[in-house]
Amino acid sequence: MAVDLTQFHEVFFEESFEGLEIMESGLLNLSAGSDDIESINDIFRAAHSIKGGAGTFGFNQVSEFTHDLETLLDQMRDGRSPVTDESVELLLLSVDCLKDMLKSLVDKSEIDCSAALELTEKFKSLLERNSQLSAAPAVNDTPKITSPNPSLSSKWIIEFKPHGHVLQTGNEPYRIIRELSALGEIDVEVDISDLQPYAEMEPTDCHLSWMLKLSGLDLNREKIDEVFEWVADESDINICEETSAPAEQAKNAPVAFENGSYKQALEPENESLPTSTNSQVKVAPESKVAELKKESPKKSVSQPAESKSIRVNIDKVDSLINMVGEMVITQSMLCALSKDFSTDKLDTLVSGLAELEASTRELQENVMSLRMIPISFAFNRFPRLVRDLNSQLGKKVVLELKGTQTELDKTVMEKLSDPLTHLVRNSMDHGMETPEQRVALGKPEQGNVELNAYYESGSVVIQVRDDGAGLDVEKIRAKAIKSNLIDENDVYSDDEMQNFIFRAGFSTAEKLSDVSGRGVGLDVVTQNIKSLKGTLDVKSVAGEGSVFTIRLPLTLAILDGQLLQIGNGVYIVPLVSIIESLQIDENNINRVAGGGSVYRLRDENIIVAQLDGLFGYKDCSVSLHNKMMIVVESSGKKVGLVVDALLNQQQVVIKSLETNYGHVEGISGATILGDGMVALICDIHVLVDLALTNCQQNQGGVYECNNERVA
Amino acid sequence: MATILAVDDSASMRQMVSFTLQGAGHTVLEAEDGKMALTLAEESKGVDLVLSDVNMPNMNGIDLVKSLRVLDAYKFTPILMLTTETTKDKKMEGKSAGATGWIVKPFNPEQLLSTINKVLG
Repeated sequence: MAVDLTQFHEVFFEESFEGLEIMESGLLNLSAGSDDIESINDIFRAAHSIKGGAGTFGFNQVSEFTHDLETLLDQMRDGRSPVTDESVELLLLSVDCLKDMLKSLVDKSEIDCSAALELTEKFKSLLERNSQLSAAPAVNDTPKITSPNPSLSSKWIIEFKPHGHVLQTGNEPYRIIRELSALGEIDVEVDISDLQPYAEMEPTDCHLSWMLKLSGLDLNREKIDEVFEWVADESDINICEETSAPAEQAKNAPVAFENGSYKQALEPENESLPTSTNSQVKVAPESKVAELKKESPKKSVSQPAESKSIRVNIDKVDSLINMVGEMVITQSMLCALSKDFSTDKLDTLVSGLAELEASTRELQENVMSLRMIPISFAFNRFPRLVRDLNSQLGKKVVLELKGTQTELDKTVMEKLSDPLTHLVRNSMDHGMETPEQRVALGKPEQGNVELNAYYESGSVVIQVRDDGAGLDVEKIRAKAIKSNLIDENDVYSDDEMQNFIFRAGFSTAEKLSDVSGRGVGLDVVTQNIKSLKGTLDVKSVAGEGSVFTIRLPLTLAILDGQLLQIGNGVYIVPLVSIIESLQIDENNINRVAGGGSVYRLRDENIIVAQLDGLFGYKDCSVSLHNKMMIVVESSGKKVGLVVDALLNQQQVVIKSLETNYGHVEGISGATILGDGMVALICDIHVLVDLALTNCQQNQGGVYECNNERVA
Repeated sequence: MATILAVDDSASMRQMVSFTLQGAGHTVLEAEDGKMALTLAEESKGVDLVLSDVNMPNMNGIDLVKSLRVLDAYKFTPILMLTTETTKDKKMEGKSAGATGWIVKPFNPEQLLSTINKVLG
């Protein structure tokens, strides 16, 4: 039976990458001199599985490379090799190397073996040194038994006396005799002299022994030994060739079954033997390599492999199947109802439809949850990063991970990794003081960086917190004035001032450390987070540290929306971005010079934007009488959006407008409503920016004046 | 056809083993560690053969064999270790725990089937 092994490759890659994560995090927790057998075992197991799988699926370069790594780990867990900084570093490097190798395999591009070869050399020299240190005797492999010249036909006499408990290991003497009979002609004689009287007999023990005479073509010692392989240590076996000298009768000699001995030339007659397949194992991997080589030139530009599969907890699948079952029942009930419908059955219809709605919603929620994976997938790379940065920057930072089980949409997670890395790097590089500085400031020598994730009202919050130097508001302010971003007399709260570090070009203008010690490309991070429909802000206390907070929608594919009436169209605003909705009281409206207006909301003035105007409805009325306002927030700025009416709230599935129509400013996507109508989803970030710039343009005179003064 | 319990913490190995065995008409029960396998083994009495990896979290293959052998239903059931260890000592570790024999990894589907047919007869 030919089994196509390629069908298991994807699972193998997936579990291998997971295994590498386990290895990496395990190694990072391993310090020199450690004897934490449990974690060494975990690391070993992961390496072992990768090696086993790679061997099975024909990725020989991977399995060969993993072999040395495994040997070292095996020695470590046995205590034969000490855990040193050098060995941990070497193992970490090989994790990277394995990652690259596997990625090449996934992309079907050629594996670059140079790094692997280099590391293999290092492993070899390390292992050599270790073996010299421990002066352990070489692994005692029993010498190979060389077979006598294979004669055409030979006769063998075998005494086979299994020990009493052989049956309890699941070995059946009958099976062995049957196997021998496959090798040639067999003559079986059973010895029942040890058989005890029935009353005294222990039924689970073996009391029989056999005298076997085997004759056949191309018989040799190895073939016979192999049949007895599993019982050799639990039986007295005496094998001798009838013509051979008695000296060769090694009684009950331990028998080595080295791989080498399997690789004997095969005779067609022995096709049925398990050994015969060994030659085929050799062939498969080589042809695989050849295949890879053939394909590689086409794919010289390797794209980062985005994983296209998700591992789903079986419980989730079960509950989905359950729900679909319920839906089918409801559906067939409704179907039956429709065949014979009369008005008196209206109640049944309504309740049936309600049931259908409930299960559809439940199904939808559950299906969405399939895309959710724990944030630990994104967090797990950071211990390594922090370790590397510590040694690079000469800092002593301890990383703490919290809320690692918080689940997040897989697509979001993949795009989150870069911005998070950027933030952690920033905290380590600019935020954190050196150990000497910290001691001088009376802080503990060791700095802390904490990654935390948790849910908060429909979004996921991810925080990067450090206890470093924090932001110096005065310096940011001075810098902002210098860059003409604000006027000397402008009043900004500390919070607002700190968020200036996210402005494009703000930090690149001058040397960062002069300003705040932060900032390279933070505007890029902001852009990344924005593209995920999230927000980023910072809170910091000078001298005590900073907290960067990312807020993200739970998933990108679906959102809780507030339906709005604007002109004759229906629009949707994500519920999470609405702070409050209110009936406009015209007394609170203040028109400002240039046509803009602000709304007095309790003790705040909020810039008002009329969506019908923004969206270009021609007959938009100037009067705000009887209209509604929703207050939304983006990047710490509040704006009131005027709409004609608030409709209902519902979950909507986001469809891309770009792919189906084209990009429209201020619109992030579209959805199809229950009645089949298309409704556009507002992009609050853009709308707020738009409202703010409109307002500034209206007040353009004032701004120009400011600029002149500064210049 | 036989009912076979396949135990391995590697999903790809498990898939390969089950696919091969099912293709040959066997019924396969899968477990991803020794603990799970033991529970499964206790629940289902009609297991004809156990194939177990050695290195696994929670309960390793050696401990699984020991635990199975004390159960009446598994006293004589053939148990084969799927092992990458090629040294005699390591192989004997499984044997002395009560395993019937071993299949050395890496193996291909044909080798797996031929060894199993040997045991099942």
